[in-house]
Amino acid sequence: MKELFPIKQVNGFIFSLLLTVIALSVYFMDMSFKVGMTILLITAFIQAIVQFVLFMHAGESEDKRTIFTTLYYSALIALVTIFGSLLTMVWDMM
Amino acid sequence: MEFFERFALPHPDPMIYASMVAIVVVSIAIVAGLTYFKKWGYLWNEWLTTTDHKRIGIMYLISALLMLFRGGADAVMMRIQLSSPEMEFLNAQHYNEVFTTHGVVMIFFMAMPFVIGLMNYIVPLQIGARDVAFPRLNALSFWMFFAGAMLFNISFVVGGSPDAGWTNYFPLAGNEFSPTVGVNYYMWALQISGLGTLMTGINFLVTIFKMRAPGMKLMKMPMFTWSALITNVIIIFAFPVLTVALLMGTLDRQFGTALFTTGSGGMDMYWANLFWVWGHPEVYILILPAFGIYSEIISTFSQRNLYGYKSMVGSMVLISLLSFFVWVHHFFTMGQGALTNSIFSITTMAIAIPTGIKIFNWLLTMWKGKIRFTVPMLYSVAFIPLFTVGGVTGVMLAMASADYQYHNTMFLVAHFHNTIIPGVVYAMLAGLTYWWPKMFGFKLNERIGKWAFWFNVIGFVLAFFPMYLTGLDGQARRMYTYSESTGFGPMNMIAFVGAGLFAIAFILIAYNVFYSFKHSPRNIGDDPWNGRSLEWATHNPVPAYNFAIEPEVESSQAFWDHKQKKHNLFKGKISKIHMPNNSGIPIIMAGILFVFGFSFVFSIWPAVIIAAVAFFACMIYSSFENDQGRYISEQEIKETEAKFGGDSK
Repeated sequence: MKELFPIKQVNGFIFSLLLTVIALSVYFMDMSFKVGMTILLITAFIQAIVQFVLFMHAGESEDKRTIFTTLYYSALIALVTIFGSLLTMVWDMM
Repeated sequence: MEFFERFALPHPDPMIYASMVAIVVVSIAIVAGLTYFKKWGYLWNEWLTTTDHKRIGIMYLISALLMLFRGGADAVMMRIQLSSPEMEFLNAQHYNEVFTTHGVVMIFFMAMPFVIGLMNYIVPLQIGARDVAFPRLNALSFWMFFAGAMLFNISFVVGGSPDAGWTNYFPLAGNEFSPTVGVNYYMWALQISGLGTLMTGINFLVTIFKMRAPGMKLMKMPMFTWSALITNVIIIFAFPVLTVALLMGTLDRQFGTALFTTGSGGMDMYWANLFWVWGHPEVYILILPAFGIYSEIISTFSQRNLYGYKSMVGSMVLISLLSFFVWVHHFFTMGQGALTNSIFSITTMAIAIPTGIKIFNWLLTMWKGKIRFTVPMLYSVAFIPLFTVGGVTGVMLAMASADYQYHNTMFLVAHFHNTIIPGVVYAMLAGLTYWWPKMFGFKLNERIGKWAFWFNVIGFVLAFFPMYLTGLDGQARRMYTYSESTGFGPMNMIAFVGAGLFAIAFILIAYNVFYSFKHSPRNIGDDPWNGRSLEWATHNPVPAYNFAIEPEVESSQAFWDHKQKKHNLFKGKISKIHMPNNSGIPIIMAGILFVFGFSFVFSIWPAVIIAAVAFFACMIYSSFENDQGRYISEQEIKETEAKFGGDSK
C-alpha cells in the first residue's frame, strides 16, 4: 500500500497550492512594489522547480543528467542575457 | 493599376531591369526544359517531396552554392565600386542595397545552408542512423529556408532591396528612414528561414542524443558530430531571440508600435542588443561545424587519431557557453560605461583560449603524421595560419578602448572576413570535396581543385589584407566612395584584383564539378580517402537505408579500428528496415509561407489571412494523417547490397 500511495506528489501538490496562496496574497495585501515583486519572483521560481521535479518527473528517467545539465545551462544563459542587457542599457548607461 | 504601383522599384536602374529579364528567361527555360524532358514527375517524387536526409542535404548544398554566387556577385560589384576613388559604378543607394544583400545572403542563405546541408548528409551516417529523428520536419526546415531565401531574393526586382545593412539597426531600419518595403523583406525572409533553422536544431539534437548506433557513447562520437551537437544546442538557445527581435521589428514597422523608436518610450539600442544576443552565438553556429570538418580532415589525411579528443570536446562546450557572454563587444561605442565594456572585453578575449587549444590540437595531430596534401587537406592547412591572423585581430578589436579607433572601419571588415572565409568558407569547400565521393560516387578532380585552392588563398589575402591597412588609416566601412586625397586608392585596387582572383577560384570550382562529372573514374570504392568514421563504412553512393545492418561501435575511430584492429562493425543480420514515406506537405506549407511572407511585406491583409488559414489547415491535416512509414523488405535490401558487389558484409 505504501508504494502505491504517491505521498511525494500529494505533498508537492499541497506545497504548490501554498505557494500559489502566498503569490496571491501580493494582490490582496497592501505592500510596496519592491516587496511584492520579490515575493512573486521567489514563489514563481520555487513553483517552477516543484512542477518540474514532481509533476514533470525530471530526474526519474535514465537521461537525468542530460535534463539537469540542459536546465542549468539554460538558466545560466537566461540570467546572463537578462542581467547583461540590463547592465548595458540601464544600469551602466552614460 | 494603383494596386500594382506598390510593387514598383523605388530606385530603378537598367542593371536591375536586365536581371529581371534574366530571371524571367531562366525561369521559362527551366520550366520548358523540365516539361520537354518530362522530368516533372521525377523532380516531384524523388526530390521535392523527399524526406531522405541525404537528398535534403544535397538540396541544401545546391541552394548554398547558388547563393554563394549571388552573394559573390554582390561582393565583386562592391569591389569594382571601391577599386578607385570617385568611381561611378554604383550610386550610394545601390551600394547600400548591395552590401546589405551581400551580408544577409552570405550569412543566412549561403553559410547556414552549407553548414546544415553537410550536417544533414553526414551526421546520420556518422552515428550509424537510418535517418534523422523527424524526417518530415527536416523537409519542412529545408523548404522554409528555401522559401525565405527566395523571398529575400525577389526583393531586388519587386519593391526594392533592404538597404539598412545586414545588422539592420534601428532607427535607420524604422519607417522614418527606410520608408520602402525593403526592410519588411528582411524581417519576413529571415523570420521564415530562421524558424526553419530552429526546427533543424531541435531535429538534430534529438537525432544525436537518441539515434546513435549501439556502443557509440557521447565520448565516442566523431568530432564533426560533436561539433554538430554543440552547434544545435547554440541554435536552440540563440534563434528564439532572433525570432522575437524580428517580430518586434515588424510590429514597429507595420503596426505602429514604438519598441525601437528614439521617442515615445522606445529604445533604438534594444534592437542592436537583441540582434547581437542572437548574432554572436550565430558566429559560432557557423564556425563550430567548420572546426568539426577540419578535425575530421586533418585526422584522416595525417593518418593519425585526433590529438586531444577530450580537450577538443571541452573547448567546444566552453566556446558554446562563452558565445552567449560576449555580445556587447559588437557595440562597444554605443554609450554604455567602462564597467560593461571591460566585462565584455574580458569575456571576448577569453574565447581565444579554447580556440587556441583547438589550433594546437590540430597542429599536434599533424605532428609526425603521414600527411597527404589532397585538396581538402590543403584548405585545412591554409586555414590554420589564416584563421589565426583573423583571431588575433579579433583580440585587438576586443580591447574596448582600442575599439573606439577600429570600429566601423575596414579593419573590422577585414577581421570578420578573415575569420569567416578561412574558417567557414574553406571548411565548406574542404568538406564538400572530402565528402563529395560519398554523395556522388566520384572524386572531384585534384588538379583543378588545387588550382582553385591557390587562386582562393592568394585572392583572399590580396582582397582582405589591404583592408586592415586602409581601415587603420580610417577608411570607413559602408562608404560607397572616397576622394583621391585620402590615399586609399592603391590598396583598394589591390583588393579589387584579389576579388577578381577569388572570383576565378569559384568559377574553377564550378568548372571542376562539371569536368569531374564527365571525366572522373567511378570505380573508387567505398572508402576513397582511407577514412576513419562510420560514413565510409557504407556504400558509395549511399543506399536509401544507409546501413543494411546497424553498425556496433567500440571506439571513436570506429571504421579505422574496423580496418586496423579488425573490430567487427556489422554483427547483426539483414532484416527489413522501417523508413519514412515521402510527403508533399512540407513543400506546400513552405509555399504557403512564401505567399504569407510576400503578402505581409506589402501589407496585403486578405492574402495574409488566407495564407495563415491554409497553413494551419496543413498542420491539422498532417496531425490527422495516418502515415506509418514503409518497410524495405529483406529481399530488396539483399538485391541492393548485391548490386554494390558486396557479400553484404
